[in-house]
Amino acid sequence: MNLTLIIPEIFLFLWALLILFVDFFTAEEKKHRLGPLSLVGIVITVVLVVFSGQGQAFGEMFSADYYSLSFAIIFLGSAFLAICTSIDFARERIKHQGEYYALILLSTVGMMFLAASRELLSMYVSLELTTISLFVLSAYLKTDLKSSEAGLKYMILGAASSAILLYGISLLYGITGTTVLKGIQAELVGSAFPGPLLVISLVFIIAGFSFKLAAVPFHMWAPDVYEGAPTPITAYLSVASKGAGLAAMVRVFFGSLLPVTSEWIPLFMALATMTMVLGNIVAIRQSNIKRMLAYSSIAQVGYILVALSAASELATTSMILYLLVYMFANIGAFAVVIAFYNHSGTDEICEYAGLSRRSPFLAISLVIFFLSLVGIPPLAGFVGKYLLFLAAIQKGYYWLVGVAVLTSVISLFYYMNVVRQMYFRKPTKNDPVKVSWSLRLALVLSLIGVIAVGVYPDPFVSLISKAASVFVY
Amino acid sequence: MNMGESFPILTVVTFLPALGIVLLLLVDKNRQLLVRNVALFTSLVTFLVSLFLYFKFDPGTGDMQFVELYSWIPSLGMGYHMGIDGISLFLVLLTTFLTPIAIWSSYNAVTEKVKGFMISILALETGMIGVFVSLDLFLFYVFWEAMLIPMYFIIGVWGGPRRIYAAVKFILFTMTGSLLMLVAILALYFVNQSYTGVATFNLLDYQGIQIPFNYQIWMFLAFALAFAIKVPMWPLHTWLPDAHVEAPTAGSVLLAAVLLKMGAYGFLRFCFPLFPEATIHFIPLFSILAIIGIIYGAFVALVQKDVKSLVAYSSVSHLGFVMLGLFALNMQSLEGSILQMLSHGISTGALFLLVGMLYERRHTRLISDFGGISKVMPVFAAFFMIVTLSSIGLPGTNGFVGEFLILLGTFRENWLYAAFGATGIILAAVYMLWMYQRVMFGKVDKPENQKLKDLSLREKLILVPIVIVIFLIGIYPSAFTSRMEASVAKLMETVNEKYRVEEVMPQVQPRRDFQIDESQLEVSTHSFGGGEIHRGQ
Repeated sequence: MNLTLIIPEIFLFLWALLILFVDFFTAEEKKHRLGPLSLVGIVITVVLVVFSGQGQAFGEMFSADYYSLSFAIIFLGSAFLAICTSIDFARERIKHQGEYYALILLSTVGMMFLAASRELLSMYVSLELTTISLFVLSAYLKTDLKSSEAGLKYMILGAASSAILLYGISLLYGITGTTVLKGIQAELVGSAFPGPLLVISLVFIIAGFSFKLAAVPFHMWAPDVYEGAPTPITAYLSVASKGAGLAAMVRVFFGSLLPVTSEWIPLFMALATMTMVLGNIVAIRQSNIKRMLAYSSIAQVGYILVALSAASELATTSMILYLLVYMFANIGAFAVVIAFYNHSGTDEICEYAGLSRRSPFLAISLVIFFLSLVGIPPLAGFVGKYLLFLAAIQKGYYWLVGVAVLTSVISLFYYMNVVRQMYFRKPTKNDPVKVSWSLRLALVLSLIGVIAVGVYPDPFVSLISKAASVFVY
Repeated sequence: MNMGESFPILTVVTFLPALGIVLLLLVDKNRQLLVRNVALFTSLVTFLVSLFLYFKFDPGTGDMQFVELYSWIPSLGMGYHMGIDGISLFLVLLTTFLTPIAIWSSYNAVTEKVKGFMISILALETGMIGVFVSLDLFLFYVFWEAMLIPMYFIIGVWGGPRRIYAAVKFILFTMTGSLLMLVAILALYFVNQSYTGVATFNLLDYQGIQIPFNYQIWMFLAFALAFAIKVPMWPLHTWLPDAHVEAPTAGSVLLAAVLLKMGAYGFLRFCFPLFPEATIHFIPLFSILAIIGIIYGAFVALVQKDVKSLVAYSSVSHLGFVMLGLFALNMQSLEGSILQMLSHGISTGALFLLVGMLYERRHTRLISDFGGISKVMPVFAAFFMIVTLSSIGLPGTNGFVGEFLILLGTFRENWLYAAFGATGIILAAVYMLWMYQRVMFGKVDKPENQKLKDLSLREKLILVPIVIVIFLIGIYPSAFTSRMEASVAKLMETVNEKYRVEEVMPQVQPRRDFQIDESQLEVSTHSFGGGEIHRGQ
């Protein structure tokens, strides 16, 4: 057994415990320093992930490969950015800061295990570690009714979806006699399946994962939770938790269920269509920017599902790349929202009027992040969408890409609505919005990400295509 | 083709304005004059550098010149590929010529957020030039889309009272078209890959393949929709009057002069050589839409009360001429169309400038608010007269040559189209001269009009180069057509040759799945042998 492979995960776990430990001995007014301390832990973990070797451990359960590496970097990146955006927020509005940072780190550990897992049960356990930490984080503003509601809703629906997922897994185990993905694939290739049981199990598994991804029609929890949760957690949820769901889903479907693609591709197409259409259309009507971003992030999952239906190497590359660029743009956008909220205490879109005069830097950053989310070149989101659509066109899914591009036009409308407020309207107040160093760091890193991946995507594409070649299509 | 060994002049021309943006970012935004001068200086330098293209251009060949080719995302076949031929040369020059004029014209008109305005204009210039010089479809699309954003801000921030509506309408219309074009670009990539086995977005490589007819139809329509919205062709023109009327003068000038040309340019550069069969299939449809545009635009222009929207609708009519010429598909008509694109850019650009100057003085553009202006502003009236006549197409001015060639070429293909098209010229004379008469002649019956100042030195200097170009094209058009000829001839050859080959080819069945495997490649090279033969010719 090769334990060196899981050094990064073990290290991050210990660092989370260290934060809890230090928390005991830190005076209340100094606790905000735990944030930078967590950042240090993440940076060290990134280094460990990059330099730790590749291979398998615990039999078939754990596999450190380019796939897990890519996802681990995305998860650690979003945890880093989320903590950057948390520091002021937590200092002002949150009690028990030590646990807050520790929980973020713990959920990241769960995600890293998830991406590396090649066996259904260990995958399930990692998923639970991730989501249970996130339940607590969503309800972190204890005195705020909306936050408590968010936590409760997330927990009940999350538990229900986990049960559904577990039921699907058990059926799959019943059919194939194994929970190891490779074994499942071998079983499915060799036999005269699919029977109705397999279809039922696939439906349950897809439903379970779709809850985690917030794909329509399993999205109902998302807007309420996103609105109620502390905004940095919303940012983290909208990227990392979706990424975790995606990592597991791609691993399961491309790693074991490719022999029966005809059974599940139509389901994903239907999910993708509904998710893109509903997410984008409902986002138009939102007046609260967090809710708008919630629906927009639902819609973004729809685009990823388009590529998931394509089930090819290019599809995997495009999904991981898209997740990366989505991370920069979405957390960047949330960073602006948090900065604005810290200053003015509101998330209403109409309050953004004239922000371009009050804080030109914040305004132009938000424009860039939104344009990237729409997919306007030369920003990263364009490259991401380009590859997603390329993967779908390769399989001849013209109508699906047609839906995707038309809903992208709709998305332009609601993103531009915020831009319109910031640039075309006069401000009601004139005080500039203050931005602390940590938020500024998150903003600048996201901006660099959005522009660098957009202008010169080649190194990212070639690294990620190595991750995509983990599966045999 | 030299692979970028020589001086990368196209890159320099494209990104000089972007460099100007960097300079502008360093300037304090409160020093408005300095901000304006830096922007003007940058665009002037860009123009001077681009003149080099004109003089170094080799009129003897229809191939791409000044080619630069580097790989960008090699794993997927995207390249940084630039080059110009006789078709794009003048559009690049038109862009670099009008941008400094637009910037200079806004010295008095734009007084708020000057820095943002200048940054937007320069970003727009980079995007516009990039569209005309890109020979890689990915790169082209990047510029094509990126350009929308500065225009959106120009209309939305510095526009008139209904600017928000106009800006949103503008961006939604153009985005819808371009995204459908994106789907076609991606499909084209796989069609090419299934024939040649090479993953590339290089436009010149695509010209070598024979695309099955039923694919051509759909791809043509997807590209054509994007371009027809941009032109704009009737009935997709409704965004144009709003955008034009609400945009600030400099925005209207660049919108009319350059952005609209991108649509027509797209047809020439992409639709015709890539989908020749579909092009010929759609000649009647597009010709009739063009004729409707000519006549409809003219009639609507006739009843406008606002000078600026009159000019906007006249654009719909004039661009109808361009489209009519393009779809007549012969040497005369194509050269006429390209020339008409330039002429329209110059004349309509100048009209918007003149209307802007009037608006700065009176803060109204209603025709009924004027009358007898020629008595108060004689110099202005003289310039206005020249530009009006050039817009109508008086012999000796630029408008005449293009329209004449278009009608000549169209007549050879279909006399009925030409006859209907010709009514547009008559109507143009009616609405332009009638407007001129109501604004300029008669009594000065409004007291506000009696004290209007005539043109300042700056305004005269803005208009003089335009008038020079108006007469230059009108009197000596071969300075322009001689450089187009070889490229247009080559385009005609590509269209005709592929069309002829296709006629003797068996009808090809499409495949749903473009994934490459060896056996499919075998089949495709056998049955579509034509693709190989024509590559590189």
